[in-house]
Amino acid sequence: MAGKEPSGRPLSPHLQVYKWGPHMAVSIFHRVSGDGLAIVGALMFLGWLGAIAAGPEAYAAFVACVWHDPAGGSVHQVTNILGKIVLVGLTWAFFQHLFSGLRHFVLDTGAGYELKANKLWSTVVIVGAILATAATWLYIAKEALNG
Amino acid sequence: MGNGTPLGRVRGLGASHHGTGHWLQQRLTALGNVLLVTWFVVSLLRLPLGDHAALMQWASKPMVAFALILLVVSVFWHLRLGLQVLIEDYVHGEATRLLSIVLLNFYAFGGAAYGIFAIVRIALAPAALGPGGM
Repeated sequence: MAGKEPSGRPLSPHLQVYKWGPHMAVSIFHRVSGDGLAIVGALMFLGWLGAIAAGPEAYAAFVACVWHDPAGGSVHQVTNILGKIVLVGLTWAFFQHLFSGLRHFVLDTGAGYELKANKLWSTVVIVGAILATAATWLYIAKEALNG
Repeated sequence: MGNGTPLGRVRGLGASHHGTGHWLQQRLTALGNVLLVTWFVVSLLRLPLGDHAALMQWASKPMVAFALILLVVSVFWHLRLGLQVLIEDYVHGEATRLLSIVLLNFYAFGGAAYGIFAIVRIALAPAALGPGGM
């Protein structure tokens, strides 16, 4: 490939020609969730840490932007909804990438490649991540209601 | 790997010229992430996240600050490896790929440094050290 600009060779991964199934989905979800965590998740984490370090006013401004603004600014009403959507997405990405990563540790040992086992554990990863995300947010909602 | 010359087989670096280093580092940091990020997520769910003073008190505990720094190192190392593969798969021009890798390194090392610096600031803040300071 040295020195060559894009050639006629196929580009990976070929999403448009794959037939969707649990095994293919779990593979592309691993990449999507990982890259989402790497960019959006890591930046949110750094913003949160930096706001704590900068002091109570900076932290209050961070919380008002992402979660809830006691003053109720109209811009913050929008960013609060976006913030929660992003946080739900990050929660799903965390569980998806965690469960899928654990599956990869098993695959690394050479186990789980048989068609049925592969399909079963791919499905378990996808369903497990959705259930864990739902359980986490039910817990958060319950905590919020109880004060 | 190992189908080439005898010297190539001894070096064990294969066609990519860096052997299994990337793969192994990804697994080692993944294991660190399983422990550290799970601890962090559970901590977040248990903490009063609207209470700045309570968060300062939590994050300035030596063991918590220590674990947070480990988490930053493990996470940013891992994400650097992961995003590198993304770039190698999707960015095909030689020059744009090199530029993307440079930006990735700025992001990964800059982000890790920012995170560690923030944790140190929290841990060494006068309020966290109590009466008398350091």
